[in-house]
Amino acid sequence: MIEAVGLTKRYGAKTAVYNLSFQVRPGTVTGFLGPNGSGKSTTMRMILGLDRPTAGHVTIGGHAFRDLPNAPRQVGALLDAKAVHGGRSARNHLLSLAQLSGIPASRVDEVLGVVGLQDVAKNRSKGFSLGMGQRLGIAAALLGDPQVLLFDEPVNGLDPEGILWVRNLMKMLASEGRTVFVSSHLMSEMALTAEHLIVIGRGQLLADMSVKDFIAANSAGFARVRTPQTDAAQREKLSAVLTEAGGQVLPEQDGALRVTGLALPRISDLAHEADVRLWELSPHQASLEEAYMRMTQTAVDYRSTDDQLAGFAAQQGPGALLPDAAAPVPQPVPQQGWYAPPPPQPGVPHPGVPGSGPVPADQNPYAQPVQAPVQEAAPTPPSLSKSDDTTPEDAR
Amino acid sequence: MTTPSTPQAQYGSVSAPEQQWQAQTGYVSPVPLRRATLKDALASEWTKIRSVRSTLWNFAVMLALVLGIGTLIALALSRRDMPPGESAVALGFVGVLLGIMPVMTLGVMTISSEYGTGMIRTTLTACPSRARVLGAKAIVFAALTFVVTLVATTLVSAVLLFSLGGRTTGALWGWATVGVSAYVALIGLFALAVGALLRHSAGAITLMIGFVLLPLVLALFLAASPMHGLQDFLLEYSIPSQLGVFYGTSMVQGAPGGWEALGIMGGLTAVFLGLAFFVQDRRDV
Repeated sequence: MIEAVGLTKRYGAKTAVYNLSFQVRPGTVTGFLGPNGSGKSTTMRMILGLDRPTAGHVTIGGHAFRDLPNAPRQVGALLDAKAVHGGRSARNHLLSLAQLSGIPASRVDEVLGVVGLQDVAKNRSKGFSLGMGQRLGIAAALLGDPQVLLFDEPVNGLDPEGILWVRNLMKMLASEGRTVFVSSHLMSEMALTAEHLIVIGRGQLLADMSVKDFIAANSAGFARVRTPQTDAAQREKLSAVLTEAGGQVLPEQDGALRVTGLALPRISDLAHEADVRLWELSPHQASLEEAYMRMTQTAVDYRSTDDQLAGFAAQQGPGALLPDAAAPVPQPVPQQGWYAPPPPQPGVPHPGVPGSGPVPADQNPYAQPVQAPVQEAAPTPPSLSKSDDTTPEDAR
Repeated sequence: MTTPSTPQAQYGSVSAPEQQWQAQTGYVSPVPLRRATLKDALASEWTKIRSVRSTLWNFAVMLALVLGIGTLIALALSRRDMPPGESAVALGFVGVLLGIMPVMTLGVMTISSEYGTGMIRTTLTACPSRARVLGAKAIVFAALTFVVTLVATTLVSAVLLFSLGGRTTGALWGWATVGVSAYVALIGLFALAVGALLRHSAGAITLMIGFVLLPLVLALFLAASPMHGLQDFLLEYSIPSQLGVFYGTSMVQGAPGGWEALGIMGGLTAVFLGLAFFVQDRRDV
């Protein structure tokens, strides 16, 4: 059990973490999410007593980390895969850590086997890849058979087989009754690993809830409507009718329409009244990734801009690579990939923030499964049914 | 998977606070918990210092300088070159003076390489008591340096005495081996404290080399100026002349003896090591 109360950390004028309070309970994998620079690692370091909080405190099993009688036997941590002396062999690195808490050398060989590094145990860790470094760090965390485990970005640099292994390892450790706290910015990974989420942005708590609640509270579903592709007029007609009825309609690249703000039965009724045949009418629930993007898009510190190549402009011939600003063509939304609805309006309580409470399911027209309208709609060609992004992107 | 099959005897008995810890949490390791001690940290630091190449290289360079220069002197000179009353043992001074450099480098690296590589975060996560980590490092490094320097100075003294002859006393022999080794270990420890304070290898090593050589160089340039008091002070208390004290040679009259030299260096080291303990305990890593 990890308990943070009013945790605050300032570096000079910059506040890295502000008034963060949360609990991490044993028996489940708790995901710790936030964009780059949101204060995840700073929080991890404060939990481990490496950084002193400016205000507030954090305890593990009721003790401050620095008061634990034998830290590695109680708390295992992977902070940074490269936080090792590169000149030391993997085995000696682990041996020095084991000796620090009186763990016998035989245990070192055991964890080397667990993480699959037994063949390179004698090699200097300087030559390790990032993935091997992660495995070494996980081995160090497991060394003391601890009750509480913290992992900071454990799947960075791992191959797909390694990612699957870490995922199963986390779940297994939690099922043994341990407290497992995993930070990541890979939402799709957390969707498969964590049961509970703590989301921070700009050092402040955005959400502390189960994965299921998080999606329900933060996702905005949409309906995909497809009219016969041979008849563009039907599409225009339906689009106009739906907009008139109060829905937002966005064209997709392959000719389908993405409709928000209208329930599926209502779309079907409107299409029927307008005498437009439908080839597809399907509900789409946002994935965890979309929910996360929506929640954190106002708290992202580092955002990329388009590369205009303006610095090269003088060297190029006239007219080369100049964007055609005169023709504002409405950009179709991508068929696949994430789609973030507009951020919450100011004044409207943010659904994810504790206190404002989760949004009741009936406010979200797509939160509950809508079966009947799908059957009511015209039969969907099998070739189109595969374009369904209700499944998380990473479920490959 | 993560539990050893048999509880090890080394884990020892379970005390009350540890039982309380186990009672309030979900998973309980089948291996009983015991408090970590300085002894564990010493074993860990010994593993660390013996498992990096810089230890080997620095001590190899130190041995090569002390023994190599001593042997060269022994070959270049003959018994007739020795002034009466002078002991051949004193000629080991040059090698040891140069041998201090790799020792200081290693002293700095012992701690600053942990900061440089980020290993310090792993170490302090495995042992939250920063004083225990620094203390264990200091003890292991100082003991190892003392032993290696003792071997080097004993060998070079024997070589010089055997080939060049001359009279020697037990006291001079003792100062030129045990005394010098203790002094070198203290300088190394001072370098370790500076490394812990600066956390940067190159900076700390540069500072230490300046600390050893600069006062003497300054003193040479003060010869023509009216600052004879300062010049005498620098000549007397610079590291090379303090080291010379152990060989019975000193640059100025009335210079301090071996015990005083050890006391000065010991005091300086204690102050900086204390500062390192204090700062390290409060600093974010």
